[in-house]
Amino acid sequence: MSHAPFILAAYSIGAIVLFWCAVAPLVKKKAIARDIRRLIQIEDRSRDPNS
Amino acid sequence: MFIHKMGSPPWFYDFTGKFIPWFWLIFAALTAWGLYLGLVKAPADYQQGESFRIMYLHVPAAWMSMLIYSSMAVMGFIALVWRIRIVEILAMASAPIGAAFTIVTLTAGSLWGRPTWGTYWVWDARLTSELVLLFLYLGVIGLYNSIDEPRKAARAACLLAIVGAVNLPIIHYSVKWWNTLHQGSSISLLGGSSIDASMLWPLLIMAVATKFFYAANLLTRARVTLLEQDKRKAWVREILKEKN
Repeated sequence: MSHAPFILAAYSIGAIVLFWCAVAPLVKKKAIARDIRRLIQIEDRSRDPNS
Repeated sequence: MFIHKMGSPPWFYDFTGKFIPWFWLIFAALTAWGLYLGLVKAPADYQQGESFRIMYLHVPAAWMSMLIYSSMAVMGFIALVWRIRIVEILAMASAPIGAAFTIVTLTAGSLWGRPTWGTYWVWDARLTSELVLLFLYLGVIGLYNSIDEPRKAARAACLLAIVGAVNLPIIHYSVKWWNTLHQGSSISLLGGSSIDASMLWPLLIMAVATKFFYAANLLTRARVTLLEQDKRKAWVREILKEKN
């Protein structure tokens, strides 16, 4: 029995899970920063009497 | 003074941000070194053949799954007793990382079990208690996300984390208390190691590498949670303006 497929599968799954674990907060940070910038724009517009 | 400073969200955000790139760099370097020694340089095991190389992923991940749960429970206790918001956030940020390491432990272990034991899974005490650990992590994550008010949510989830810590000695001693298919410990802090140095060093390097992964990921997650919770506060807006 060749062990290579088991080793390859274990490391591939490990890499995918840990990669997603590392990247997920960065994706979330981007979305939060976008939301906050939008919130600032809305607040600035509501404060501006000419708009 | 340092502890007091760490309790301030803007200071915490700024201070920890300096360390994160270095932690990732050290993690990457140690992982590359550990995998090179473990997958290329270490000889094949005389009984298990090449399949033992899964150990360099499975064992550090298993250690991390338990270490992260322990630290989450300790932080949960501190958060409940002293009500420190940053510690609540750190405890809750630990849960997804711990869950990820537990998934890696279970899948890698299962893929190691097939060529070694002839099966992917048995309801053995060690495997079952590790699966329970995954459910505990998912329970903490689910409970935290099910309550709208973040501080109340964190306190409820911290309580569950503390109660769930009872599973940790069960996982550790399962191979001694019951007859299990899973092997006993080959390494102990006090009793030394039964593994040859050429196989042991890559394992220790990978174990240290995963600590840096945890540190970098934990701080990144805590900083993102701070941004989210404090999005209406001036310090968050100043940071975003600086980046524009």
